[in-house]
Amino acid sequence: MTVDTLKSWLDERLSISSLGYAAQKKEVPLHRQSIWYYFGGMTLFLFVVQVVTGILLLLYYRPSSENAFESVQFIMTEVKFGWLIRSIHSWSANLMILTLFIHMFSVYFMRAYDRPREVTWVSGVVLLLLCICFGFSGYLLPWNEVSFFATKVGTEIAGVVPVVGKTMLRFLRGGDEVTGATLTRFFGFHVAVLPAMATVFITVHVLLVQLHGMHVPARYQQTHRRMKFFPNFFLRDLIGWLVAIGVLAALAAIFPWELGVKADPFVPAPAGIKPEWYFLFMFQTLKYIPAKILMFDGEVIGIMVFMLAAAVLFVIPFINRSPEQHPRRRLIFNVLGGIALLFMAVMTVIGYFA
Amino acid sequence: MIGKAATSLLFCTGVILLATCSVAAQQKSSCIECHLKLPGELGDPARSIKNDIHLSRGLSCNDCHGGDPTKDDKNAAKDRTKGYLGRPQTVDIPAFCGKCHNDASFMKKFNPALRVDQEKEYATSVHGRLLKTGNTKVATCISCHGVHGIRAVSDALSSVYPSNVAETCSKCHSDAARMAEFKIPTDQYAKYKSSVHAKALYEKQDLSAPTCNDCHGNHGAAPPGITSVANVCGQCHARQAELFQASVHKAAFDNKGLAECITCHSNHAISAPTDQLLGTGQTAVCVSCHKQGEKGFAVAGELRGMIDDLLARIDKSHQILDRAERAGMEVSRPKFELREAIDGVTHARVLIHSSSTAEVDKVVAPAVGITGKTYQAGIDALAELNVRRKGLVVSLFFILFLAVLVYLKIRQIERRQPA
Repeated sequence: MTVDTLKSWLDERLSISSLGYAAQKKEVPLHRQSIWYYFGGMTLFLFVVQVVTGILLLLYYRPSSENAFESVQFIMTEVKFGWLIRSIHSWSANLMILTLFIHMFSVYFMRAYDRPREVTWVSGVVLLLLCICFGFSGYLLPWNEVSFFATKVGTEIAGVVPVVGKTMLRFLRGGDEVTGATLTRFFGFHVAVLPAMATVFITVHVLLVQLHGMHVPARYQQTHRRMKFFPNFFLRDLIGWLVAIGVLAALAAIFPWELGVKADPFVPAPAGIKPEWYFLFMFQTLKYIPAKILMFDGEVIGIMVFMLAAAVLFVIPFINRSPEQHPRRRLIFNVLGGIALLFMAVMTVIGYFA
Repeated sequence: MIGKAATSLLFCTGVILLATCSVAAQQKSSCIECHLKLPGELGDPARSIKNDIHLSRGLSCNDCHGGDPTKDDKNAAKDRTKGYLGRPQTVDIPAFCGKCHNDASFMKKFNPALRVDQEKEYATSVHGRLLKTGNTKVATCISCHGVHGIRAVSDALSSVYPSNVAETCSKCHSDAARMAEFKIPTDQYAKYKSSVHAKALYEKQDLSAPTCNDCHGNHGAAPPGITSVANVCGQCHARQAELFQASVHKAAFDNKGLAECITCHSNHAISAPTDQLLGTGQTAVCVSCHKQGEKGFAVAGELRGMIDDLLARIDKSHQILDRAERAGMEVSRPKFELREAIDGVTHARVLIHSSSTAEVDKVVAPAVGITGKTYQAGIDALAELNVRRKGLVVSLFFILFLAVLVYLKIRQIERRQPA
């Protein structure tokens, strides 16, 4: 059977040539801000790295408070290239969150969520929240001291949410305290629930991008040129992915992800416990909020404000419409976005060095 | 010496008080009513008795001192024909407290676990023996437990609470004028405060750390004799005492009339033992008996050498493992294993009391083996690090090569495409 025969056999059954035709027709706008288009693909690539390295880690990881730490230790010391896989998994997770934030803010400032891309934006925000949940649940899995206490603090914060807080805390922890039950369910979230949800939303998100094409900012509508997605843009993407692999390899070899000390629920929390860097701005902000604001608990108000901000993120495309008719509103949204970005950056830096 | 004995005596005094006062606590007590109005030492008993354990157990003044607290008239209340005893003489105090505290069936009502032999034990003490000769400068029950504000030993404010015992003893024993007659030193308290035991008691708040009474006894307080010192120390340092008893040193010390533990470790000012005490150096205690050329001198040097060698190996392992850890290598397992070697040092430091190199080697040899493995783990980790870095360079070169190829391909494609 020749290659041509195989092609025609597949084409008859899978209509491959129509896909190829669609790919050949696909184009990417080319203008001064085109660089930002790469961050969506980069985030997706890092997600794939997560899936592959995650599956490899699953071969050895044992999700129980008795075995989790030891199994990660085994991966790091005994399994051939286990250290590399685990370090890449951890570093890639962090880089993915970073590229995701860059992608989100670039879409925000370029107003790429404008009609008819509102649903694409909403699915993207869902993916951001899912990735944060991935990070939070995965952080506990090595069952070391830092992750144990960070989870304790993190779930406590969830517990102060009015009305549903207590139920949510018990649901997350699988009881009143962070125990082996918490680890087991976090593992379940991390490798089953969240990947299933992420697969659905990534599919929706990517299909919508294909459906609507790449958004062109208003100021480049008249002047932009177009580049073929295959092979021009794809090969550029490929260079980015190769660079990402190089960066991940270097980080894993020079700064292997630490394992720390096994969690012991009976020892007091060590000083300076901090969450992952992408939670730091919230963690630091909550520290600055006074214990009482009027008659209300300061921490509760802080958490409510963050929840409100997350809700606002969902509805941005629906409250910031028709910019041509409201240039002042557009300016307000840009300023608010800038302030939010600056606030997150400053609080993260303060939290890191505090 | 005073702690537990004092407690019992205190309790004794208290219970005597109590025995008399049980009803009075709830009922009228003309003793307290009148004495509260009196100034100075006549009023002090009434003022301080409110914190007294005897009063809290339902006893009152008349349970110890007799008399009738229901009478307002002084003479009627203190009617000696009706059993009023008044204030006991110093020599009578042990028996005064012992009236109740020697009575097992009476004491059971208050504390079934409390000993009832305090007075008998006191009689065997230096204090008791001197008191019998009529010397009233010695300590009696009330010297340690107080008189009317007597508290339970478990009460942190009690003068015989573990952390207060040394100070209580020192009130007399650090008083040079008072002790001059007995011709005993008065620096015990000062020395004790500098000791490792005091550090544990006061700084670490370890109430099980020894204070005066733990070595000298409570009610039967007396300095331990030369032959019984090891038994005293051995109450806590059991393994060391056992090893010493079986060692060649036992007979040698007995022959020379040397007190066992304190000859090397001293007594009140006992400091934390260090390896410097062992060996043939200037700070070693071994050289005070063993001279160069003697077998004991050689053994001392050998024992010290074994411990020093093990410590050096542990340090070497630590250094290389720390280096590997700083470079990001996962070495927590060998670090954990190294703890066993550190335990070996602790064990060896105990075993030197056997004065046998063979005994010490039974612990040191396996520990040396562990350090060998952990050191090798450090070497392997650094070698692995080196391999990783070389692998990284090769991978980065390959990745760069691929990226350049893709870049060239882009250029080639775009040159062919129409502008």
